[in-house]
Amino acid sequence: MRDETVKLRLASAGDATERPISIAVVAMGGQGGGVLTGWIVTLAENAGWVAQSTSVPGVAQRTGATIYYVEIMRPQDGKKPVLAQMPTPSDVDVVIASEFIEAGRSILRGIVTPERTTLIASSHRSFAIGEKSAPGEGIADSGAVTEAVGVTALNSIIFDMNALAAANGSVISSAMFGALAASGVLPFAVADYHAVIEGNGKGVAASIKTFDAAFEQARGSGEATPPQKAAPTTQIAPAAKRRVSPRAEALVARTETGFPPQVATIARVGLAKVIDFQDLAYGAEYLDQLEAVHQLDISLGGAEQDYALSVNAAKYIANAMAYDDVVRVADLKTRASRHSRIGEEIGIRPDQLFETTEYMHPRLEEVIGLAPIWFGRWLQNRPGLYGWLDRRISKGRRVRTYSPGWFLMLYLVAGMRSWRRASLRHREETAHRDAWLTLASELACSNYALGVEVLQCQRLIKGYSDTHARGISKFAKVTEEIKSIAHRDDAAEWARRLRETAVREAEGDELDGLIQTIRSFA
Amino acid sequence: MAERSFAKEVEHLRLGDGDVFKGEAILAITKGLLQAGVSYVGGYQGSPISHLMDVLSDAQDILGELGVNFQSSANESTAAAMLSASVMYPLRGAVAWKSTVGTNVASDALANLASGGVTGGTLVIIGEDYGEGSSIMQERTHAFAMKSQIWLVDPRPDHGQIVDLIEKSFELSEASNTPVMLEVRVRTCHMHGSFIAKDNVKPPFSIDDALNNPKRDLGRIVLPPAAYEHEQEKIHHRLPAAIDFIRSNRLNEFFGPETGKVGIMLQGGMYNNVIRALQYLGLSDAYGNTQIPLYVMNVTYPVIDSEMEEFAKGKDAILMVEEGQPEYLEQALNTVLRRSGASATIYGKNVLPMGGDYSVEAIMHGLEAFLEETDPHIMGNRPPRPDATPVLAQPAVKKLKSVVPARPPGLCTGCPERPIFAAMKMIDQELGEHHVSADIGCHLFSILPPFNIGNTTMGFGLGGASASAFSRSTGKRSIAVMGDGGFWHNGLTSGIGNAVYNKHDGVFLIVDNFYSSATGGQDILSSRAHNKSRKTNNPIEKAVRGVGATWVREVDRTYDVGKMKRVLHEALTTKAEGPKIIIASSECMLNKQRRVRPIEAQAVKAGKRVVKQRFGVDEDVCTGDHACIRLSGCPSLSVKQLDDPLRDDPVAAIDNSCVGCGNCGEVSEAAVLCPSFYRADIINNPTWWDRFKAKAAMGLICSLQNRRQRRRIVVEAA
Repeated sequence: MRDETVKLRLASAGDATERPISIAVVAMGGQGGGVLTGWIVTLAENAGWVAQSTSVPGVAQRTGATIYYVEIMRPQDGKKPVLAQMPTPSDVDVVIASEFIEAGRSILRGIVTPERTTLIASSHRSFAIGEKSAPGEGIADSGAVTEAVGVTALNSIIFDMNALAAANGSVISSAMFGALAASGVLPFAVADYHAVIEGNGKGVAASIKTFDAAFEQARGSGEATPPQKAAPTTQIAPAAKRRVSPRAEALVARTETGFPPQVATIARVGLAKVIDFQDLAYGAEYLDQLEAVHQLDISLGGAEQDYALSVNAAKYIANAMAYDDVVRVADLKTRASRHSRIGEEIGIRPDQLFETTEYMHPRLEEVIGLAPIWFGRWLQNRPGLYGWLDRRISKGRRVRTYSPGWFLMLYLVAGMRSWRRASLRHREETAHRDAWLTLASELACSNYALGVEVLQCQRLIKGYSDTHARGISKFAKVTEEIKSIAHRDDAAEWARRLRETAVREAEGDELDGLIQTIRSFA
Repeated sequence: MAERSFAKEVEHLRLGDGDVFKGEAILAITKGLLQAGVSYVGGYQGSPISHLMDVLSDAQDILGELGVNFQSSANESTAAAMLSASVMYPLRGAVAWKSTVGTNVASDALANLASGGVTGGTLVIIGEDYGEGSSIMQERTHAFAMKSQIWLVDPRPDHGQIVDLIEKSFELSEASNTPVMLEVRVRTCHMHGSFIAKDNVKPPFSIDDALNNPKRDLGRIVLPPAAYEHEQEKIHHRLPAAIDFIRSNRLNEFFGPETGKVGIMLQGGMYNNVIRALQYLGLSDAYGNTQIPLYVMNVTYPVIDSEMEEFAKGKDAILMVEEGQPEYLEQALNTVLRRSGASATIYGKNVLPMGGDYSVEAIMHGLEAFLEETDPHIMGNRPPRPDATPVLAQPAVKKLKSVVPARPPGLCTGCPERPIFAAMKMIDQELGEHHVSADIGCHLFSILPPFNIGNTTMGFGLGGASASAFSRSTGKRSIAVMGDGGFWHNGLTSGIGNAVYNKHDGVFLIVDNFYSSATGGQDILSSRAHNKSRKTNNPIEKAVRGVGATWVREVDRTYDVGKMKRVLHEALTTKAEGPKIIIASSECMLNKQRRVRPIEAQAVKAGKRVVKQRFGVDEDVCTGDHACIRLSGCPSLSVKQLDDPLRDDPVAAIDNSCVGCGNCGEVSEAAVLCPSFYRADIINNPTWWDRFKAKAAMGLICSLQNRRQRRRIVVEAA
């Protein structure tokens, strides 16, 4: 069949190119996609074009991903064009995404193609539930979307339209409308766009302001750089610029002289953290331990390994020493900087006041954590009494931070840092730390990479109460398993997988599963 | 009070002769009903027809002027039964619902209506929720139309055409004494377009005329022997009458050349996409001038044999474009052509997909396959067709598949149902998992992340009923969830009444958010709002006690997670017999915000003292475990990366869309999570006493803070 037809000398059967301008708005339910769609329709109708929009809100209007589709075309001597009800892959002129990952989703739908599609996308991220609820780091890699945009879109206009809208006191739809105008894909003048917004009634001034700002930015930037995933930078301003109390200068000097630069930068931050947590002596203790590890590192030829052992030690020893206890929480909640920081966060105006309430649920465990070791032990050995006390103490408490009484209470707790080192909790934390460092050092001697992995296991320990307990038990499981496979030469690889699985695991038994697998062939 | 106001749309209903109506098709349909002189309208909200209900309930005065009786029916069955007003009286009546679910509920009444037949025109507006974005099982209403012999109109997606067919449908219904279904798909309902309006028509024969001169005719009642006669009437009178009307009024349309080697038959609703597909193949222009003859079936039941035969005459092959399955129309076409001995070969599901959306792409591929086999020359040397496969094959795009996360729908910011499911999840951690039979409504989002609660859902209001097999428990009890919407739709009898009567030893959780929220926040019996045209404020608690429930607990603030947990725990462990019923009540936040925001703004403007709340996270206290998010999923509770080389994981963060519902704090308190959350009470227009208190307190606090700050050893990290 085909062969025969190919041989035919025929013009194409008809004009297939004269098609309407098609625009797809990909958005999350209830986030302005509908408004924008309405504006585009009015824009075209005001110019005497025929405009048809369709959408499939359904349940998606409750925060799910959804798509609005518009086609516009001139009527031909009074005859209305017949417009399609859904976008056809590789036949869409403009795709407008109200969020960056949604731009990625539209690419997967095949509606962004190099022949004709202009992609207009806001670079901001609104994380999907899967990204947010992951116990560790679960955020999708925006970089992958940026790459895909590069190879799929004819043109692209990408910048943070959400921020721009907020800055101009309006919502993202105005910003996207401005970017659409700037793209020049639609044959309408800026004045026409303004007219649509003005006809809209509500919040006109702010919308116009946002529209113009977006228009300018889109015109200026053209292809603005979309966001890479915000990787924590270790770039730190030169030492001179940073304030240091005279009494701490000696210790700071030790970080600068005692370590190679890549270790020194982290050591500095670590030192700052532990001193802030406790005191100078504690800072010295930190450096002693770090130096010990570093010596080992050198002896193991860490130079070739870019001192991975020391760098990770610098990071995780600091975290281990600055553990999360009641004193630290009380201290953070009572700092001078906090009140103003919250004020900024909630955008407080001069003519407003604010108070805060903390939701705390202390348990006896936290309380005796502060108690002297002997007393804590004594109480722990009396389960009856312990339970009775716990029932009295363990309940939700609404703490009105900035009322004199509550503040004084928190302030006093924060002041207990001087007892801290004599407390039961501190004893436990120190014991944990020593065991962990010893294990890491031992293993590093035979298998450098494995030592590094063990150091990173400290990441498993975080949170408070139950979460903290769960972290401890995960840590124990993982390190135990690591010990038992230490002899294998791929031990480091398995250690990494164990740790990462443990980090990922919220509920369920993924970790136990992996352990079984390992044992099966060990 | 619905989720949004329809004041503007209501004005559209007033348009008169020659005015241009611009808007959604579903609103055009509403206007069409008034133009057709309808006497009464009923229905049950649900996508895609909610807006029809909403705009009518906001249009009471217009309806009053026209003497139209509009009811928000208790359920689709009620709506269908309402049509019985047209059995004996020349009253035009219309009802609307989401289908097929609504039609399932209504089918008993519909079958009775269709058997006895009607005098006045009766129209059922069917919102066919099929294909992308649908929230229900994928089925066709077509089957119901055929089994009860109700005519099915499937208009070409064009406002003028749809509105015209509404009037014609009423006439068809009257001419053939048969109810008519007008099927509109989701995309068509939400389609923006325009048409030239006509004046609204006040029904010549009013409801009062009927009430004051009642008529009865035993022959219209479904009882032997009449029931048998009805079937004969259907076959010998109503069907022929309908066919005559449809033919003579040209309800079905022919486009393109008179003759051709091949032809295409299609459901009216498929027209726009078929034209676009033809255009891609170079066989039509954008204005619908097709080179292949089209037979557009605006009426898909009954099929008009004679029209099909005429169209097939002299053609080698016919393609039937029919969305959904089974392929009823293709089968009908086969019968018709075989009987008539026509030679045309029939194509359909053999080249088109059996199920799913008939997107332009799907139709284009089907058409191409059809023409390849039957008339390849007509496609000439094939202009390039849109094809995304090379783009999708790019490595960068392939990689994207694994990156882009799913974005399922979820509960809104501050939703009062969130703390309920958080409490259920905590209870599961204490007492182990339970069998949970879910229902239809916002609360069904509990089956999705982060809650993942709910084992089955059997239909609206049937959460309770679908647990009934588990009525005897020896160990764990079953939990049935039901919304207030589903409760009043039928759950009171099918769920609670049934459970009381059968002494069901299980937990029944009724989620009361003051509205039918999932469908757009319409009022229902137990709504707290004052509604001048309806009687609201009828407590669910009274109703369940009324049907004999004894163990009833009310949680009047769902955000009290601790209480929610205690009540659930009691319900799951108590020795009490029979159903354990929990009514958890708090106002739908979406509607509450719409109601309260303007009032608050007013008060602030007027200089009154207004306290607004929102939540925040102390980022240096948060350790990035995200346990709070796994018990929430609130859109305003998210995560952010810190610029701290010592931190591995992003920490929780709350954006300024937070409405201060309290869930975050309550949950972290009840689940003993962490002290990272704070609630900020923002005082607008503080009184002198507020100012004095704040001044005094902060004076003391600052002095304490400075004292400690002076002693603090500072090492600035960055």
